[in-house]
Amino acid sequence: MRDTIAAIASGMTASGIGIIRISGPEAFRLPAELFRAGKKVENPDLEKHPNLSVYEWKANTIHYGHLYDGDACIDECLIMAMRAPHTFTGEDTIEINCHGGLFVMQRILSLVLRHNVRSAEPGEFTKRAFLNGRIDLTEAEAVMDVISSQSDDALESSVSQLGGSLKNEITALRSVIMDELAFIEAALDDPEHMSLDGYANELKKKIQPVKQRLSSLISSFQNGKILREGVMTVILGKPNAGKSSLLNVLTGEDRAIVTDIAGTTRDVLEENVTLGGIKLRLLDTAGIRETSDRIEEIGVERAVKYAGQADLILCVIDSSRPLDENDEKILQIMKGKQAVVLLNKSDLHTYVSENDIKRRTDAAVLSFSAKERTGMDELAETIRGMFFGGDVSFNEQVILTNVRHKEAAERAMHSIKLVEDSIDMDMPEDFYTIDLMEAYRLLGEIIGESVEEDLVNTIFAKFCMGK
Amino acid sequence: MAYVREKYDVVVVGGGHAGCEAALACARLGFQTAMFVISCESIAMMPCNPNIGGSSKGHLVRELDALGGEMGKNIDKTFIQSKMLNKSKGPAVHSLRAQADKAKYSASMRRIIENQENLTVKQQEVTGILTNHDDVLEGEFLDNCYSSTGSDVHKVSDNSELSTINPENTVNTVDNTEKIIGVRTSSGAVYLADAVILCTGVYLKSRCIYGDVSMHTGPNGLMAANYLSDSLRAHGIELTRFKTGTPARIDKRTIDFSKMEEQFGDKKVVPFSFSTDPKDVQIEQESCWLTYTNEDTHRIIRDNIDRSPLYSGVIQSTGPRYCPSIEDKVVRFSDKPRHQVFIEPEGSYTNEMYIDGMSSSMPEDVQVAMYRSVKGLENAKIVRNAYAIEYDCLAPKQLKNTLEFKNLSGLFSGGQFNGSSGYEEAAAQGLIAGINAAMYLKGEEPLVLLRSDAYIGVLIDDLVTKENHEPYRMMTSRAEYRLLLRQDNADLRLRKFGHRVGLITDEQMEQLTVKEKRISEEIERVKHVNIGTSEKIQNILKIHNSTRLESGTTLADLIRRPELDYEKLADIDPHRPDYPDDVAEQVNIELKYEGYIERQKRQVHQSSKMDMKKIPADIDYDQVSSLRLEARQKLKEFRPQNIGQAGRIAGVTPADVSVLMVYLRKTRGGIG
Repeated sequence: MRDTIAAIASGMTASGIGIIRISGPEAFRLPAELFRAGKKVENPDLEKHPNLSVYEWKANTIHYGHLYDGDACIDECLIMAMRAPHTFTGEDTIEINCHGGLFVMQRILSLVLRHNVRSAEPGEFTKRAFLNGRIDLTEAEAVMDVISSQSDDALESSVSQLGGSLKNEITALRSVIMDELAFIEAALDDPEHMSLDGYANELKKKIQPVKQRLSSLISSFQNGKILREGVMTVILGKPNAGKSSLLNVLTGEDRAIVTDIAGTTRDVLEENVTLGGIKLRLLDTAGIRETSDRIEEIGVERAVKYAGQADLILCVIDSSRPLDENDEKILQIMKGKQAVVLLNKSDLHTYVSENDIKRRTDAAVLSFSAKERTGMDELAETIRGMFFGGDVSFNEQVILTNVRHKEAAERAMHSIKLVEDSIDMDMPEDFYTIDLMEAYRLLGEIIGESVEEDLVNTIFAKFCMGK
Repeated sequence: MAYVREKYDVVVVGGGHAGCEAALACARLGFQTAMFVISCESIAMMPCNPNIGGSSKGHLVRELDALGGEMGKNIDKTFIQSKMLNKSKGPAVHSLRAQADKAKYSASMRRIIENQENLTVKQQEVTGILTNHDDVLEGEFLDNCYSSTGSDVHKVSDNSELSTINPENTVNTVDNTEKIIGVRTSSGAVYLADAVILCTGVYLKSRCIYGDVSMHTGPNGLMAANYLSDSLRAHGIELTRFKTGTPARIDKRTIDFSKMEEQFGDKKVVPFSFSTDPKDVQIEQESCWLTYTNEDTHRIIRDNIDRSPLYSGVIQSTGPRYCPSIEDKVVRFSDKPRHQVFIEPEGSYTNEMYIDGMSSSMPEDVQVAMYRSVKGLENAKIVRNAYAIEYDCLAPKQLKNTLEFKNLSGLFSGGQFNGSSGYEEAAAQGLIAGINAAMYLKGEEPLVLLRSDAYIGVLIDDLVTKENHEPYRMMTSRAEYRLLLRQDNADLRLRKFGHRVGLITDEQMEQLTVKEKRISEEIERVKHVNIGTSEKIQNILKIHNSTRLESGTTLADLIRRPELDYEKLADIDPHRPDYPDDVAEQVNIELKYEGYIERQKRQVHQSSKMDMKKIPADIDYDQVSSLRLEARQKLKEFRPQNIGQAGRIAGVTPADVSVLMVYLRKTRGGIG
């Protein structure tokens, strides 16, 4: 038997309504012990006389009343009662809609948790939904992506995956493979009625589009990962070039969430910002903030240290000072990396023009002004171009966002290549099916489908077999 | 009036291909066995096609032979044409298919059955099974019960077995499992037996149909068995109804073969049985003939489709998709302008020819018109009409993978009764049912072949875990590890199992060990034979259209070239030992396809983990709260024995399997 779990389902931000979700076999016990319907009463005495009518609640009903901690009334609330198996998790579920203040929600949750209910781990409701067969693996993973996605594009991509666009894509690829498999198998089972002469070349042609689709799916993972996890970005530049100004512009607009990333050294702090829908993970922001007070020694060293880790380098150059050896070195380090040079415009003299820099690097060069907070739209546009091939609509393109999917797609790709090898090596046709079947199975893993009787059914549906 | 006639260790119901193998296995393993047949003339009869083997079915016969079955030996003695199918394809799909002389095949098998020690044939219809839950035997009849086990007639009332007959007497039996105790026959005789194997083929309540003609007979006009079904149902066994069909037989003298393509057998015939000397099968062979249906044929069928019992609704049972009647083919594949028709002899001493590809249940006049529309059959005279046959058979989910009933100890079943089709499928199951009945009587570990062991393993696993809506035919595509399950290595794969149960002798096993040793030593040797770039070698490569060697390599690497093989390179391998062909064949295959074989072995390793995880027989699926409703129903229905099987049941998703595994881990503290 699973235990009963609870969590705040509406997110940890203040809002009008807060929802506490309780799921599991004992979900209905909670309102029985904590809730009395109707107007506030003075002495509910729920401990001695639990509200047994709760157990009679019909599925999908809403109940108005108050929550009590002993004799103390905590909040006015609406309770939604949902019964297994027709709930998101597939288990009995209670949702308490209370007032949305953080304090109230926390207090209700801790009250619930004191009554023999466990706090849900992140994603646990979804995990139960999956385990109870309410959603399939792709859907479950997409829900997790929605929950954890922090930028608009990632959200859109997750939502379209939830709606099944990945599933459709994979299903289409599988059906191409299955048709070929069925043909070969039918011919092997009925060699006197069906010939495989000249089939090898035909097969080779037919699997080309499959290969292409797989390869673009696999490369979409990098984009998908960037969408979901953000672009690893480092801001470089010699001391006092304006790195912290840029940082402030970037974070100031987005109320950066500061997080300690596990496994990194204490002084590497990371801040996440969303710029034009793309999530940037800014590395070592502490380094930038601290160095503003320190002696000028770490400019180049930082560049060496972080240039390798980052997906994107934002190099800040102060236009009011001539380019010096440090700038040159940093520009040198950036070579061959995804980078944007940001010219920090000041009100003072301008010593460095965009052209001066373009002569030294292939990277895009943009201007920004910390004071006027300009240049950020252009930066967003440039980054978009660099990572997503320009004006990509994430709604239409299927993007792999999940490591498991990517690995399965890569292995399927490998199997398809083995089929090609077999053809090139003049192996007999039945050898193609070993790897075709493997590719089919691996793609099935992505959408959580098993092979079962697919092949035999397709053979009979498409080919006239037997005597 | 009911009375007890005799007592046997095993009763086999039916003498078709399954019944023969089952009875022979039990008798050879030392058990007193009675085989009941509707008619002695029906023993090992081939009422449909005149072939043994074929794609994947040839594998079954070789596997059966490796385990100690009879079918392979019998066809080697009675074939009139033989072919290795798919020879241009990989070794995994090579498959032997022989034309049998039907009469000779049956007669030869009957001789073996009738002369088998411990085996008695009885021509009597079995009308019911008896279990310890039945209360049918009155005490007085027991005095008449004799044991067949020897000349010393002893009263069976001394036999402790009888104390379980009357439920009143079983107070001390805590175990309430239903157990088989014997069978009843149409004469009223009761035969006691500790194990019963049902191999009733297509005889249960069978009905033969063509057009509006419907006869309640078995195949070839033989009597149907009309009572056993009710007795099985009364014991809680669920039956279903399947349909199959056979084409007409035509008088050879009325066929114009000059309008057809002649089909010859192989020049060098490979025997089915590992114990047949290849020299003995190089015989003069008969030919088959190929012709085609045409637009005329199809029009005749379409014009009369409403008179087909299949389409008019007279036949409602499910027929097989892989063996469609010609009317099915014409309707379902309406875009095909023609279908192949093979004309095959039914034997050397008969003029009847089997019209392979045109099974039908059309009315007689339509049959005549339709056959005569085919090129070469313009003046054909039909000897026997085509017909469809409907029969009762088992929903095989009620069986364990040992082919014993889950809820009735000592009762086994095999063959077409289990919902399969084909002589080879039947024989394979009959053998396994026979072996496991013997193991049951001995109290020894049953023989269960896995999907990665044998096609027989695939066959039985599919039958007991998948819902079959039509008679089940073996196909190579059903075997996921077919590169490992080749017909050429059936002995290497399975002899050890046959030896363990006692059907393969120590001597046969020793021969196999020698073969195994030779193969592995020769592979090792070939991997270490270095080949230089001498002109002699380059010339041999040139002869076989193989590219020149730029630098030295090993013999093994040369064998791996697609255009070369072990045999072709004999000339550049002076130290090659003189081993028989079957050793050379294994060396060649193991080397040439090494990479693929390794890949399949890895796949087996992956999936066998799931099959190792046992599900307790007493699991209560209602307690697995989070299973989806459909999955729960299916699992309750099939009661899989392990997690691998559970996952293969249609309607059980991977998510259900994880739920189940989580549940088992929680409740049992670990699975398997």
